[in-house]
Amino acid sequence: MNEVKDKSLPHAVAPSSLDLDTPDKPYLDSNELIINMGPQHPATHGVLRVILKLDGEKVLGTECVIGYLHRGVEKIAENRTYTMFNPYVDRMDYVAAVSNGLGYCQAVEKLLNVEAPPRANYIRVILTELNRIASHQLWLGTHALDIGAMTPLFYTFRDREEILKIFEKYCGARLTTHAFRIGGLQYETYAGFEKDVKNFLTFVAPKIDEYEALLTGNRIWIERTKNVGVISAKDAIALGVTGPVLRASGVKWDIRRAIPYANYKDFDFEIPIGKNGDTYDRYLVRMVEMRQSLRIIEQAVNGIPEGPIMAKVPKVIKPAVGEIYHSIEAPKGELGYFIVSDGSTQPYRLRVRPPSFVNLQALDIMVRGMLVADVVAVIGTLDIVLGEVDR
Amino acid sequence: MVESLMSYLGSTVPPSNAGNQLWALIYILIIFAGVSVAVMAMNWIERKALAHFQIRLGPMRVGPHGLLQPIADALKLMLKEDIIPDESDKAVFWFAPIIGLLAAFTVYIVIPFGPSQAVSDMNIGILFMLGVSSLGVLGIVTAGWASNSHYPLIGALRSSAQMVSYEVAMGLAVVSAILMTSLNTGTGTLSMIGIVEAQRDQGIWFLFKFFPLGLIAFVIFAIAMVAETNRAPFDLAEAESELTAGFHTEYSGLRWSLFMLAEYAAMIAVSSIAVTLWLGGWMRPFPALLHGPAWEFIFSLFPGLTFAALAGFAFLGTIRMPSHSFFKIQRIGLGAFGLVLAFIALLLFAIAVAGRGDNANLAGRFREGIDYVYWFVLKVAVFMYLFIWYRATWPRYRFDQLMKIGWKVMLPISLGALIATAVVGVLVK
Repeated sequence: MNEVKDKSLPHAVAPSSLDLDTPDKPYLDSNELIINMGPQHPATHGVLRVILKLDGEKVLGTECVIGYLHRGVEKIAENRTYTMFNPYVDRMDYVAAVSNGLGYCQAVEKLLNVEAPPRANYIRVILTELNRIASHQLWLGTHALDIGAMTPLFYTFRDREEILKIFEKYCGARLTTHAFRIGGLQYETYAGFEKDVKNFLTFVAPKIDEYEALLTGNRIWIERTKNVGVISAKDAIALGVTGPVLRASGVKWDIRRAIPYANYKDFDFEIPIGKNGDTYDRYLVRMVEMRQSLRIIEQAVNGIPEGPIMAKVPKVIKPAVGEIYHSIEAPKGELGYFIVSDGSTQPYRLRVRPPSFVNLQALDIMVRGMLVADVVAVIGTLDIVLGEVDR
Repeated sequence: MVESLMSYLGSTVPPSNAGNQLWALIYILIIFAGVSVAVMAMNWIERKALAHFQIRLGPMRVGPHGLLQPIADALKLMLKEDIIPDESDKAVFWFAPIIGLLAAFTVYIVIPFGPSQAVSDMNIGILFMLGVSSLGVLGIVTAGWASNSHYPLIGALRSSAQMVSYEVAMGLAVVSAILMTSLNTGTGTLSMIGIVEAQRDQGIWFLFKFFPLGLIAFVIFAIAMVAETNRAPFDLAEAESELTAGFHTEYSGLRWSLFMLAEYAAMIAVSSIAVTLWLGGWMRPFPALLHGPAWEFIFSLFPGLTFAALAGFAFLGTIRMPSHSFFKIQRIGLGAFGLVLAFIALLLFAIAVAGRGDNANLAGRFREGIDYVYWFVLKVAVFMYLFIWYRATWPRYRFDQLMKIGWKVMLPISLGALIATAVVGVLVK
């Protein structure tokens, strides 16, 4: 019965930077506490495992252990035709599946040298921006829940439902939509699509005010988020951080504006930027982004051109030998696809540049010296989806 | 036996002070049962109210509108496997929830539901109450320690630091209320009953005394008591999103439910202190302004009216229920529940009418007692609702911010209020 128990340290391979295996003090005198946060933890947004080295409540260092949701998406791509692989990308960032699809379809279109017709692009923009709002709503709800405010979660989920309903009506799926095809769209919009979208616009604008009423001026919310998880513009650029996290640090970098794709140059919208690069700024940036997305959708839905929804794409997609990198502004940052074609029907190599994975690298410098509660806040504010981190 | 039972009935002091152990025991049992039922009711109300804040329905399946949910929960928790972690300190692990529960329930000995509706009127009542209720932290610390696990340990440390620092501000706020008791008589009192009687004699709730000094002390107390009971937005000790479940991470089943019972009992207890010190305890509103037999009679109808309103809601619920046959049993259950409430309302009305104007006979004494308990419970209920409201609205404070507020904001303010109260008290005299 009395087997010897290993009382030393977590069994997993000890990551290097924390020096888990060589305590610099005798074991009993350890002021440092090493805690495993996750992979089963209410606030790690899935299966992220963070090893925290604590001095009391202060964080001395972190180490992210990822891969619990690894499915080998990039390897799968090498064994599927370009068309067959399309639904797989929805499973990466499953709260923004439409954006993933857009990035992939456009990358392959670029490789094939075809352009989706304008009508298809407008519908793509509407759905993608709807998806951005849905993604930000989910982020807001869970982020607020992590910081202890329960109620916004239910409000955001209530309103996100309306977006999912539009997706469901359009393509039959709510989450993993597979909305786009290489070369355009498979489905024409359903009757009443524009009315639904317009109704949603008038419905959701006051709801965003409602979320802000609960949080923006809330003393506790401000105290919990201001000057928490600060990342400077320099550090953010050095780490390759993109999306709202980068913009909150004051860098005006939005691929929709910088390298326009899918007719984004037709629309008039602002790119919100923050000043301090703290959690509060990231919160504000995303709130403004939701409103800007509404503006884009409004312009797009009022200006959908008539015409075909599918470009001329061969039945069997067989791009010429070559390679391509295409990136779009997903809700979480720059989502890029690098595809190498060997001239066959399957990609020779497909590499995804997922925004969550890159942004997660910033966790350590953002939380060093902060408290345990801030780790949770920062994981929330980075808006990671583990399906995308691990792929 | 019967003699001993009857001998107390005419008394105007709590049984313990009258030297009647039998009635003291009966009171203890009534309070124990009452608090346990209140915790169950609170459980249901919290889930329902929170759900309605959050555009949900809350429990709807177990019984009509989920009325039987607390019972189902309790049963489930009792039937669950009793897990004691291998590495834990088993004796302490076993004992920790009991300490918390004991501390939470012992407090009720001195809570005055009425001038004689208390187990005991101690001359150090409020001190006893603060002392015993702060023992609750011992249960939390031992639980966190005995679990021999990281999250509970951090939760326990947070909790102890938090409770210790908020007790100071809380104590100072209490002292400023106690100072006010000495204004008429020249000598103050620590007795819970004495404090309410001082408010009666001075004709004002201490909440409004020396406006805004009484209010400041009350607000300080009202904030500190939320921190003291580890409720949102000060629920760091069990911060779900940070420490999974804090100090009770390793607990499950019955032991876990003891912690919950202790938490809710402590919430009711601190609310009772606030009501006693600042909101006139068992006194009905405007006892000096609206007096006379007619007003007495009108106010004595309130308990009956409350139950009648609840019964009305239950009957309304039976009407509004969908007409599908699935809801037949639910409708019957809700109707029966409404009937029970209506019956209680009738009983209360009958007592109010029978005991009208005369406090000497048995019905009159019954009416009086019911009035006292009713107003006391109503005031406590307001606080319990506030606890739920806080939880639905606010994010959670961070540990260092919590300490900062406790030491740098609440402590100076309560100290200032205390000094100002003393100065004003001397000047007014």
